[in-house]
Amino acid sequence: MKTAVIQFPGSNCDLDIFHVLKDVLQIETDLVWHTNFKAEDYDGAILPGGFSYGDYLRAGIIAAHSPAIDQVEIMAQEGKPIIGICNGFQILIESELLPGALLSNQTRTFICKWVNIKVETNNTDFTRNISEGTILKIPIAHAEGRYTIDPKGLKDLRENDQIVLRYVDENGNLTKIGNPNGSMDSIAGICNNDRNVFGLMPHPERASEKILSPFSSSDGLKILNRFVHT
Amino acid sequence: MPSFNVEIIIENKKMARDPEGETITRDLINRGGFQSITNVRTGKYLKLSVKAEKKEEAEHIVREMSNSLRIYNPVVHTCSIRIKSEEL
Repeated sequence: MKTAVIQFPGSNCDLDIFHVLKDVLQIETDLVWHTNFKAEDYDGAILPGGFSYGDYLRAGIIAAHSPAIDQVEIMAQEGKPIIGICNGFQILIESELLPGALLSNQTRTFICKWVNIKVETNNTDFTRNISEGTILKIPIAHAEGRYTIDPKGLKDLRENDQIVLRYVDENGNLTKIGNPNGSMDSIAGICNNDRNVFGLMPHPERASEKILSPFSSSDGLKILNRFVHT
Repeated sequence: MPSFNVEIIIENKKMARDPEGETITRDLINRGGFQSITNVRTGKYLKLSVKAEKKEEAEHIVREMSNSLRIYNPVVHTCSIRIKSEEL
């Protein structure tokens, strides 16, 4: 499996995810500048976190018009796995590969903290080997992560089992206190209808080596493992 | 060709709470003694110069651009377009 980490101007988690894929999971991985990215060269792609184009106008909207996104759309149609982390999730939303919107956090602040994330479905490429209901310890770091969608869109997400991850509290319950940014339905990550495009606000690459986590968490690997297997 | 000033205002729909507006209402306006102001909704304002033969054409160009490039996210935003004036 050959995977690309697509770099946009302003990406800043690109090297972290590259390190985890290449050194921790030992996957053949390239860092690819967004104007050079070709779908045919890769079996999977990652849109990393950061502040592409300075978050101007709306986080993710300018990168969504990059030539790389046309290539990502081709990959998505071919059923190849695509994951967008944080700003990568915002880019997938703004390119309409995933539905809804990510608005400013309800707190009006940038939030950087470890949170509890519940795996709601294992019927995706990325959570296939995780039992439903598993709580993952993974950090978030964003200002615009409040997932919002119209009532019909939310109904569709629920009915099609597209809500992959939810924020929960210490006891694993869906509560206001467990929902850091005010996301609708406590949504932390969703997938598309074909279940091969996945966007999430938490950073699995920051929870991939126990020694780097205050909770000795390497839960992020459970998601990123997807790229090991073809 | 004449040039027109066109404004775009992007606002959150009612369904999407606006924490910036809520904070301005509560912690600036109400705290500052203006109790009669009960609600503020923030948005984004873009001012464009558009070359076109007529007002209607300028508006049409901006509307088409806004929709095709997703200048707003139709799931959560409304987008209003106003022709301000013809530039001299």
